[in-house]
Amino acid sequence: MTSGSRHYGARTGMENTMKTVLLISALASVLIVLLIFVFTMKEAMPAFREIGIREMLSGRVWRPGNDQFGILAMIAGSGLVTLGAVALGVPLALGTAIFLSEIAPRWISGIVRPSLELLAGIPSVVYGLFGMVVLVPLVRAIPAPGNVGFGLLSASIVLAVMVLPTIANVSEFAIRSVPKGFREGSMALGATKWETIARVIVPAARPGIISAVVLGLGRALGETIAMIMVIGNSVVIPAALNGNPLTIFLSRARTLTGNIAVEISYATGVHESALFATGVVLFILIMLVNTSARYLLQSSISRGGK
Amino acid sequence: MAFSLLWLTGALSVLIMLFVVGYIMIQGLPGINVEFFTTSPRGGLSGDGGIFSTIVTTFYMVVVTLAVATPLGVGAAIYLTEYSENAESIIVRKLVSAARFGVETLAGVPSIIFGLFGYALFVSALNLGFSIASASLAGACLIIPVIIRTTEEALKSVPVSYREGSLSLGATRWETVWKVVLPSAFPGISTGILLSAGRIVSETAIFFVTLGGSYRVPHSLLSGGRTMALHVYYLAMETRAFDKAMSTAAVLVALIVLMNLSINIITSRISARSR
Repeated sequence: MTSGSRHYGARTGMENTMKTVLLISALASVLIVLLIFVFTMKEAMPAFREIGIREMLSGRVWRPGNDQFGILAMIAGSGLVTLGAVALGVPLALGTAIFLSEIAPRWISGIVRPSLELLAGIPSVVYGLFGMVVLVPLVRAIPAPGNVGFGLLSASIVLAVMVLPTIANVSEFAIRSVPKGFREGSMALGATKWETIARVIVPAARPGIISAVVLGLGRALGETIAMIMVIGNSVVIPAALNGNPLTIFLSRARTLTGNIAVEISYATGVHESALFATGVVLFILIMLVNTSARYLLQSSISRGGK
Repeated sequence: MAFSLLWLTGALSVLIMLFVVGYIMIQGLPGINVEFFTTSPRGGLSGDGGIFSTIVTTFYMVVVTLAVATPLGVGAAIYLTEYSENAESIIVRKLVSAARFGVETLAGVPSIIFGLFGYALFVSALNLGFSIASASLAGACLIIPVIIRTTEEALKSVPVSYREGSLSLGATRWETVWKVVLPSAFPGISTGILLSAGRIVSETAIFFVTLGGSYRVPHSLLSGGRTMALHVYYLAMETRAFDKAMSTAAVLVALIVLMNLSINIITSRISARSR
């Protein structure tokens, strides 16, 4: 650019063209994010204007035929199923991560790791089918009034398996990036291997592990098809079925994602717009979750690197 | 005690995988024969027929989606790894960090949002209807970040000396990328493309709201259709033909196992070569 050469050679021309083309393709992602935001927002505006954001978020009744568009039940459904999945999945994932990074002999990690990869690759519709055919009948056998098997518990179990690979992989990465000196120092001071893992390594990897869990949370909130298949899809605020508060997990529910998928194909007017508004709520929720995960991961990496 | 707990969690992860995959295979395989692959679903409530048209639709979806997403994804990754650090102007630097933010955000967007977006933009606003075109454009958004990330990894693993050698021989940066860097990064990039193909084969939510669900063989980009994954959903939820759903799911799982295997083989070859 500084050289004032007259013959702008074909090679330089090619170079500059390619540079621009590549920059444009690099910008495609931002463009898509912007388009998604603009289009979803634009379609959601009528709902926000006519129903009101607060009314939507706090409304307990979703009855499109009656012009009632409260999504509180779906927020509760998504929240509870995610909570259930994390409660079931995190101990398993964390245990697997520690196992892989600290104690598994090489040939055993050679079995466990591909298993996790395969679990991550199984289509969500297959998990949903498995849930419908295997888990729902099992859950149905739990005696409680109104328990049909389809509900938060079945959905939480399915979701726990689906987020297991994500949480295990990222946690393992976090544990592995704990500097070797920590381990050696602890062992040299006479700590046992278990004390080293529990008191030194896991605490040092904590930010990374938390970000793994948060990442799994984001995954769980976004899951759609498997949830529709096992959660029952009733628009009710989940409640305990009898005196035992844990039976809340036997209640049927609907997720934010399921609300969109189930109704979008026939919705029109304000109803359709309310579904886009559901999407906006979901999008913002997941953005918040993912951003905090990324922030935690970055801080854990920069700490571990020192 | 504590150690046996850790062994148990490790074993449990494997057992869960074996249980899910084993159950699907045992339930699904008996229903699979040549006819299952060569006939199309007949529609109706019994779930009669095979999966021929869904295989065709899945194939179209993978090809069209990759055709859209691969050039964009690979191009973006090339810019981000090979060019972005030499950017002089502040505007370009700002654009680069915007691009990185875009990739990270896009990677976290749940698929139903891509579906909703595809429904609003491609199906409705651009009037493409419920079609392979709409669905693969929406699907491309899902896999662009996957391709960018894996390609970036692949490009970064090409030794700097290759680039220096090429540049010092008088090649331009693009010539270096095209003739030196890309060929040596090709195996790594191909794992990213395989991974993305797997994503499209597995995806259901996006296509549920953009592909229409017709069980007929698609005849153009503007026909609707249903992929194998979508077929499993319709069989299980609408026709309740669980045996057919299991067989289709078994085909899907077998396909995913195959893809994972080839990815692992390519990856181990790459690491063997770099040793």
